[in-house]
Amino acid sequence: MSYRHNDSGRLIDRSQTLTFTFDGKTFTGHPGDTLASALLAGDRMLVGRSFKYHRPRGIVASGVEEPNALVNMGHGNRMEPNQRATTTELFDGLTAVSQNRWPTLDSDIGAMNAAIARFLPAGFYYKTFLWPRAFWKNVYEPFIRQSAGLGRAPTEADPDSYEHFHVHTDVLVVGGGVAGLAAAKAAAATGLKVLVLEQTHYWGGRTPVDGGKIDGMPAQEWIDATVAELEAMRNVTLRTRTMGAGVYDHGYALGYERLTDHAPDAEGPRHRLWRIRARQIVTATGAIERPLAFAGNDVPGVMLASAMRDYLVNWGVVPGQRIVVATNNDDGYRTAIVLKKAGLDVLRILDAREAGGGALMQEARDLGLRIDCGRGIGKVSGGKRVKKVQICVTTGTGGAMEALDCDAVAMAGGWSPVVHLWSHCGGKLVWDDAQAHFRPDPAKAPTGADGLPFVTTAGSASGPMALGSVLQDGAAAGTRAAKAAGGKGRAPKVPVAEDVEEAAMLPVWQMPARAEYRLKSKSWLDFQNDVKVSDVELAAREGFESVEHTKRYTTLGMATDQGKLSNINGLAVLAGALQKPIPQVGTTTFRPPYTPISIGAIGGSARGDIFQPVRMTPMHAWHDVHGADWEPVGQWRRPYAYPQQGEKVEEAVQREVTNTRDNVGLLDASTLGKILVRGPDAGRFLDMLYTNMMSTLKVGRCRYGLMCSENGFLIDDGVVARVGEDAWLCHTTTGGADRIHAHMEEWLQTEWWDWKVHVANLTEQYAQIAVVGPKARQLLESLGGMDLSAETLPFMAWADGELGGIGVRVYRISFSGELSFEIAVRAGQGLALWEKLVEAGKAFGVMPYGTEALHIMRAEKGFIMIGDETDGTVIPQDLGLDWAISKKKTDYLGKRAQERSHMTDPTRWKLVGLETEDGSVLPDGAYAVGRGKNANGQLVTQGRVTSSYHSPTLGRGIAMGLVLHGPDRMGEVLEFPGTDDKVYRAKIVNPVFFDPEGAKQNV
Amino acid sequence: MQRFTCPFCGLRDEREFSFAGESGKTRPDTAAEVSDADWSAYLFTGTNPRGRTDEIWVHTPCQEYFRMIRDTVTMEVLETVPLRRDPS
Repeated sequence: MSYRHNDSGRLIDRSQTLTFTFDGKTFTGHPGDTLASALLAGDRMLVGRSFKYHRPRGIVASGVEEPNALVNMGHGNRMEPNQRATTTELFDGLTAVSQNRWPTLDSDIGAMNAAIARFLPAGFYYKTFLWPRAFWKNVYEPFIRQSAGLGRAPTEADPDSYEHFHVHTDVLVVGGGVAGLAAAKAAAATGLKVLVLEQTHYWGGRTPVDGGKIDGMPAQEWIDATVAELEAMRNVTLRTRTMGAGVYDHGYALGYERLTDHAPDAEGPRHRLWRIRARQIVTATGAIERPLAFAGNDVPGVMLASAMRDYLVNWGVVPGQRIVVATNNDDGYRTAIVLKKAGLDVLRILDAREAGGGALMQEARDLGLRIDCGRGIGKVSGGKRVKKVQICVTTGTGGAMEALDCDAVAMAGGWSPVVHLWSHCGGKLVWDDAQAHFRPDPAKAPTGADGLPFVTTAGSASGPMALGSVLQDGAAAGTRAAKAAGGKGRAPKVPVAEDVEEAAMLPVWQMPARAEYRLKSKSWLDFQNDVKVSDVELAAREGFESVEHTKRYTTLGMATDQGKLSNINGLAVLAGALQKPIPQVGTTTFRPPYTPISIGAIGGSARGDIFQPVRMTPMHAWHDVHGADWEPVGQWRRPYAYPQQGEKVEEAVQREVTNTRDNVGLLDASTLGKILVRGPDAGRFLDMLYTNMMSTLKVGRCRYGLMCSENGFLIDDGVVARVGEDAWLCHTTTGGADRIHAHMEEWLQTEWWDWKVHVANLTEQYAQIAVVGPKARQLLESLGGMDLSAETLPFMAWADGELGGIGVRVYRISFSGELSFEIAVRAGQGLALWEKLVEAGKAFGVMPYGTEALHIMRAEKGFIMIGDETDGTVIPQDLGLDWAISKKKTDYLGKRAQERSHMTDPTRWKLVGLETEDGSVLPDGAYAVGRGKNANGQLVTQGRVTSSYHSPTLGRGIAMGLVLHGPDRMGEVLEFPGTDDKVYRAKIVNPVFFDPEGAKQNV
Repeated sequence: MQRFTCPFCGLRDEREFSFAGESGKTRPDTAAEVSDADWSAYLFTGTNPRGRTDEIWVHTPCQEYFRMIRDTVTMEVLETVPLRRDPS
């Protein structure tokens, strides 16, 4: 059993007891416990099930590398899946539930998968695509869907708050172990600003567990003194519970602070994302121990040797009473010694090395421990708990020499530096043969804006593992970083520690070396994703040579621990199978964040109402009061319709169209882009920008124009008014204003820099109101102030004047086919004019209308809409807009591209109108199918619907679409299969459905 | 996140900038005959060099287009140069 052993446990406060539940059962722990240590103290060794085979899994590590102990925390709107028990600080009332099991953790139906494991090899998922076809739908897919995903997603909105914190510092130190503290101290001595982040709630890292003396005092004393010294310095900021999550270009870094995870009732934000800009970054991120790959290394009770040491020293917890230690290096002996000194029964130390170790081995032997050299573990037996270990010769095939009954196994496979942050931004690695790990190559550091290195590693993150060299390296890194950041002054004295001499380690990637398949297929590499030695070897046999491909094929390192535990083991197995040296196989890419961070922290305070700024027209509040159903259009909100009491939105739309066609309607058109183009070369410039001629437009007149990209595709349209001899006002679509303004600036600044033109985006300077319908003129005349007769202000003319005492500019343009005036006023007077029009309009039956009525009316007239009829692949010629393309001009943007063979291909789909035979509404986006099938066995398509509405004017569905040879096929009926399994039949017709002569607008 | 110096506004975060094109690309004279090959080279072909690059970027908030010389391997920003010239 695992239990709280003795009165040790440097991190816990035994005077207080906390209560929590796991799978509904009540447990207790102490302040300072992690959920993992408290579960172990309560003899809860089995904490989860593996993803694929549902193998019983226990806690294997004590930190961020833990792959098994993932739990569902909390409930209701605070429920969160996949929380790592080893990094979850215990609090009173914590509730946790195990994952990936049904009905319970102890009796899990999914464990059947283990019985069919040989049918679920590496790449199983990809292989299901191969054959037989029918199996995918009926067998594989239901199976994979049902088992996909670990944990359950919460269904309620997160009630907690999050925030961002922006900070600049000279030196950022990531990691508050002894190396980080030594680095911070050295850097701070120069007076520079230093920020130190530590992911746990305590300083000093694992040194107090591993032991040793620094500057003659016990490690903990030195740590306390150093932290006190740093805290007293005004140029130093220290933060615990804050992980260095990522390093990015030019000294940018992210920190992830967990403020209330350990105290959920505390006030304030739950997480804080630190957005840091540092001149220099020191990564003192430590090292992580590797497991050993032997059969049954995933049985609950098998643990990293360092983790077993941590649980005992930090929390006074042990995973068993009869323990076997397997190691390939001297550090494993530290665990055996600590256990033995605590009075536990260490049955055997199995040292893979024939020659054994150095001074630590001697110490263990002096304590009376039995050590077998050249021996390893052939197999661990036990289901939910270690029962027995078979001992074998390390170099053999796994034949058992002896079996030991035991209840826990410590495995020590050597240490790998945490190189993630170094690598995030391009730092390169070098293979260290002596320690069998990748470590940062100081000659190939990430470089910053000045081309010089801006990241330096400190302590065991650099490679050295012995305390003395760690301190030395840490201090040197701090001094180096400070100097590079411009710090001056003498570095403080380097802290010293005496190191025990250690014998060389022996790389062991499979234990025993010549293990049979039955053992390799039970030797785990990636615990969470169930990747074993045999899977990586299978991938190699199947031709996966690149480590990146093998990773994706086998899912090695793709679990939530992202390969922290055993990626090196996997790379080494792959290298062995490919018979290549490990450095030649290389590593997969390290990407931020170092461990998962909450989506809430990334979003910060940008949620709900302040997710992004909303642009409002001067009449926005009026619309809101009058029941507008809002539609987001870019950053604007526009009324989609104004439903009245008891009216559905779609009913309101139909009423608004009818009222506008019969009486008069008001549209808030303020969001349309208004760009002033001015200067001696403005006409010439607009002739290049638009497909038709704008330079010949007379002052006082308007012209509809199309704009294309240099690729020939239609990007925007709108009415251009010539407002002066050298000035034009270009209207753009609502979404196009900023984009088209930028497009103009780009051409003026980069290509035609010597043309005398300037442009100004005046969109928000004016409110614009469309007064539309047969009674529009009467309504405006009732306000009085200017002559709006057809003689004075003909169609496509504009005039300045006054209406109801307000200065206005009236454009007589129409996007509805009705008699229509668009009235621009200074933004500050937009609401006043709108209210005057509403008031005066009562006599004429005025009603506001929204964007959907606007869309229907334009479709009834066959007017195109950018974004409906266009999608970035459509040219004006496709839309029958040849009339708006000047034949006289030698050039405009898009002209040359429109002459390319693909653009002049007669089989390009062209715009037509579509009328269903039964008057129903065609599904928007539906495709017209033809006879026969294409090379993929799909029905041949010959057109698609681009806009589709119910027209109240015509009393039936109308649509526009792009159809193969469409304009030549008038009257032909096409079939459009819908997603509702119905086939819609529609006739090809002229896209102008209503008033083709334009009689209504020319009055 | 990189930092670039807008010639107009000064040092700003990368997210305020957009790439606009490679420097030195001139629009072919469309008054003359432009072959399909030349046109597609102008439209689509970039040199995309590894190392030192010479590019046009825009600082979105102020709309200033400028030339930037930087190194895509070391991330070094060597120079930003305004395009503004006196047209007269």
